[in-house]
Amino acid sequence: MDAIPLISYEQYEREQQRVHSACHEIWDLLDQVKDPEIPALSIWDLGVLRDIQVREGRIVVSITPTYSGCPAMDVIRSDITDALTAADYTDHEVRTQLAPAWTTDWMSAEGRKNLRNYGVAPPQNGAENAVPERRVACPQCGSENTQRVSEFGSTACKALFQCGDCREPFDYFKRI
Amino acid sequence: MNDTDLKPATLEYALRLGDDSLVLGHRISEWVSHGPFLEEDIAYANVSLDYIGRARMFYNYAAELANDGRTEDDFAYLRDAREFRNLLLHELPRGDFAYSQVRQLFVDVFNTGFLAELIHSKDETLAAIAAKAIKETRYHLRRSHEWVLRLGDGTEESHQRTQTAVDALWGYTPELFDMDALEQRLADAGIGVDTAQLKAQWDAQINEILSKATLEIPAGDWAVRGGRVGFHSENLGHLLTDMQSVHRAYPGCQW
Repeated sequence: MDAIPLISYEQYEREQQRVHSACHEIWDLLDQVKDPEIPALSIWDLGVLRDIQVREGRIVVSITPTYSGCPAMDVIRSDITDALTAADYTDHEVRTQLAPAWTTDWMSAEGRKNLRNYGVAPPQNGAENAVPERRVACPQCGSENTQRVSEFGSTACKALFQCGDCREPFDYFKRI
Repeated sequence: MNDTDLKPATLEYALRLGDDSLVLGHRISEWVSHGPFLEEDIAYANVSLDYIGRARMFYNYAAELANDGRTEDDFAYLRDAREFRNLLLHELPRGDFAYSQVRQLFVDVFNTGFLAELIHSKDETLAAIAAKAIKETRYHLRRSHEWVLRLGDGTEESHQRTQTAVDALWGYTPELFDMDALEQRLADAGIGVDTAQLKAQWDAQINEILSKATLEIPAGDWAVRGGRVGFHSENLGHLLTDMQSVHRAYPGCQW
């Protein structure tokens, strides 16, 4: 499906932060750390990876939780540690940063595309925190003849939809 | 950062808010596999996780303030009922579906007002937790609101059950707006929230929703209190027995 590639201001700021970072190789390395619930998304794409600093030889990685109770956070933390250790960055620390609160506006364009290909409809722009009742494009057939089944889905970040054309049920990644 | 003399009060405040979240989170997790249908089962699991996550953030902050080796697990698993400081409304049993949804509505409307104020706390961590939690609470409120309308203005049986729930829970709501010396001190310092100020807005919102749902607003001639000083209903002890059993049987166990 064609989409006009707009990026949010928040996303632009994140891109800039990464581009101007003094440790590109670590950002690139951590691209291999995926959301354990949705392996199509890296923690960068998801917006969970907030910052990487090198202070006197020690690498400090800051991540932010998606939802307060998301069980994936503990796994993500240990996956980051594993990735850094495997690349011989032994002196490191993973910090949790609560503010500013995570928003799906931080999700990268690449992440949105990968999410759709994976079978999950990416978050749509609109009123904050509202899940539309219909017209979320089906990730399988692209039809907009879809309907919300439930505002809550298999994980905290998703709502459940069904397509009226191909009849497939699908997850929608909620905008928050 | 806090003045040093406000630190013990802030620690106690974080524990109170953590206890509210943990006890309610655990209570609604009891719906998992008992929901009326699959989507509601999943919805309750999600809401429950949000609350347990919120509890972890408050407890972690309390542990940081205490700085005496205790962790979030000590607060959750190694305190007894009298040491918990949650408001009683959160510990009441899950009841039937109407009862749980009415309680959720009362809590969600309260938290929308409470967290909107806590965001402005001078304490950066409390403000950050509130900023995160309010997004989730607004989401929860849409569901509890819709359900109370649907059940109240539904069949004769659903209406009657929902009215019974409203009547049974009503006397536990005044406690939400009680202030004690500690909370007043924190509110005056710009750290905590003056919940007494939230009552008028809560009343207005709840009255509007209950009227729309064709439910009667109770007379409000009784009120139960005690959670913030550790006087609980027997329900909390049963809940803790269940929730803490693994940790108490295998202290320090990791898996």
